Amino acid sequence: MAEELQRAEKEWRRRVEREKERPGPFETVSGKKIKDLYTPRDTADLDYRRDLGFPGEYPFTRGVQPNMYRGRLWTMRQFSGFGDATDSNRRYRYLLEQGQTGLSVAFDMPTIMGYDSDHPRSAGEVGRCGVAIDSLEDMEILFEAIPLEKITTSMTINGPAAVLWCFYLACALKRGIGLDRVGGTIQNDILKEYTAQKSWIFPPEPSMRLITDIFAFAAREVPRWNTVSISGYHIREAGSTAVQELAFTLADGFAYVEAGIEAGLDVDDFAPRLSFFFNAHLDFFEEICKYRAARRIWARHMKERFGAKDPRSWKMRFHTQTAGCSLTAQEPENNIVRTALEALAAVLGGTQSLHTNSMDEVLALPTEKAVKIALRTQQIIAFESGAAHTIDPLAGSYFIESLTDEMEAEAESYFERIEALGGVLTAIEKGFFQQEIADAAYTYQRAVEKGERVVVGVNRFASEEALNIALLKIDAAVEQKQIARLRRLKERRDNIAVAEALRRLGEAAAGSENLIPHILKAAQLYATEGEIISALKKVFGEYREQPIF
Amino acid sequence: MSEKRKIRVLVAKPGLDGHDRGAKVVARALRDAGMEVIYTGLHQTPEQIAETALQEDVDVVGLSILSGAHLTLVPQVKKLLRERGMEEVLLLVGGIIPAEDEAVLKQEGAADAVFTPGTALENIISYIHENIGQLP
Repeated sequence: MAEELQRAEKEWRRRVEREKERPGPFETVSGKKIKDLYTPRDTADLDYRRDLGFPGEYPFTRGVQPNMYRGRLWTMRQFSGFGDATDSNRRYRYLLEQGQTGLSVAFDMPTIMGYDSDHPRSAGEVGRCGVAIDSLEDMEILFEAIPLEKITTSMTINGPAAVLWCFYLACALKRGIGLDRVGGTIQNDILKEYTAQKSWIFPPEPSMRLITDIFAFAAREVPRWNTVSISGYHIREAGSTAVQELAFTLADGFAYVEAGIEAGLDVDDFAPRLSFFFNAHLDFFEEICKYRAARRIWARHMKERFGAKDPRSWKMRFHTQTAGCSLTAQEPENNIVRTALEALAAVLGGTQSLHTNSMDEVLALPTEKAVKIALRTQQIIAFESGAAHTIDPLAGSYFIESLTDEMEAEAESYFERIEALGGVLTAIEKGFFQQEIADAAYTYQRAVEKGERVVVGVNRFASEEALNIALLKIDAAVEQKQIARLRRLKERRDNIAVAEALRRLGEAAAGSENLIPHILKAAQLYATEGEIISALKKVFGEYREQPIF
Repeated sequence: MSEKRKIRVLVAKPGLDGHDRGAKVVARALRDAGMEVIYTGLHQTPEQIAETALQEDVDVVGLSILSGAHLTLVPQVKKLLRERGMEEVLLLVGGIIPAEDEAVLKQEGAADAVFTPGTALENIISYIHENIGQLP
């Protein structure tokens, strides 16, 4: 049988070789060579129970839920935030009215970097690429008339994650909602900040302490919260290949698990609340295989390497966002099509939640109309395309299974290299990830310049069409308005109590107790983000990067 | 410009924005094109950038901004360069800059050129070669 198949394939190959092939290259967007045909011979070693299993069953290649989208569709969660809390609150309520099922907060650069809106370094950046949040007061406005006990909220915040999380928790407490009833995610993934997104505050060691403090506090008090969203998204946006995204993200994940164990926690106490965040790039099949491989690698390492016993610790749950870096400023309407393909890959790959980029995001923050089309894209996939009818529909495809295996093997060889360098933190210090990503980004750009990599409307089929879509403008008055609000707050609150809470936070930081109760206390007294971060900076210092290109 | 001296370029990331993919790719392309490239790294204040430009005696400053703060940051850098007698240094800006803001930056004389997403590296290189000749 196998021999006969091999003979038949050889015969087919002889016929194919007589045909002329178009120039190619036949490579994924990551530069991985793809064969012209995959056959049963490519999946001969596949063992269904060992390598795939049933959905909701180890090693979860086919999905983390037994019924996947037949039970509940993925959460449609558009990342959004701009201007001040009032502006963003209005957008959130609009998105919820349009059928969105979860919220995702985008903060402005000062908030991301731990500065208040009135800090000199914040000049010109307030409310520009996200919403400006300085204190609990802003958080209360941001979620006004939104039921915190009914929705889940994701917050893209890393360096100061503990602070923004405490603002959110304080907001719930003030409304009388118990912490066991709020759910959501903080990104809180500092490792990828050092390698890709570059929004850090403290050096790695105290940053990791804050993260394990969050693990411990959440396990006790906020059991429905995802304490970290280990992110490949930014690694990919910074220019990595799909395999690098897969490998570096999982390596970061393992580093958090190790840190949690080292901090004295039981792996099964915190691992079930670890979540992931991946990119959905244009290479359709490569992306689907990436998600499938990711689930399998995580399950195998968690069970076999870290000895996790709770099956929830083995399950990789992830959010996906379509690739911002795949969008083009030229003919931006084409981005709707790119995003639709990427979103479909994420769904076929079994994502738990999804953000679809708006067509205009390469030019500005999205307009209401652009966001609506992006959300409709998900709704069309969910309700019209039939893609969500059956679980992991591409399983068993010779190509899909063989590419999934290959990507898993390539990720494993990256894990070995990282281990040989001395682990993730040392590899960051040595600039390993940074260099790998910069090299991949440069290789890609050169390929685009040479026309080997086609970008429709940019280096092929380009037209000199002037841009004619409406763009969102951020009112420059937002900055002054926000600064004025902050000033009024500082006059109104109990400044003696704030100073005392900050002093005690600093003491705790110098010691070893869990910092979250101290941050929460300061948050409830309306200490600002900048004040809390400054108190911590005095003890922890700040991170400085060795710039490489 | 002396014949042997390589064109010196400072690639800088002002403000709080951490998106450095574009800055790094451009820095490398300019180096591959034979220029001397200094990259500041992230989170630079306009003062730091102007000071580095002076210390490194550069011919070109390239600012990469994707956070929307360009209307604040670019004129500041230009002003500080002027104050340090570097009026003639070419000031280039790359990033997400809406067309109307691009016009503002050019009219005010803050930026000599603005390169937005999709720009070919080759265009940036040739722009520098064509305009550097006007330097004393």
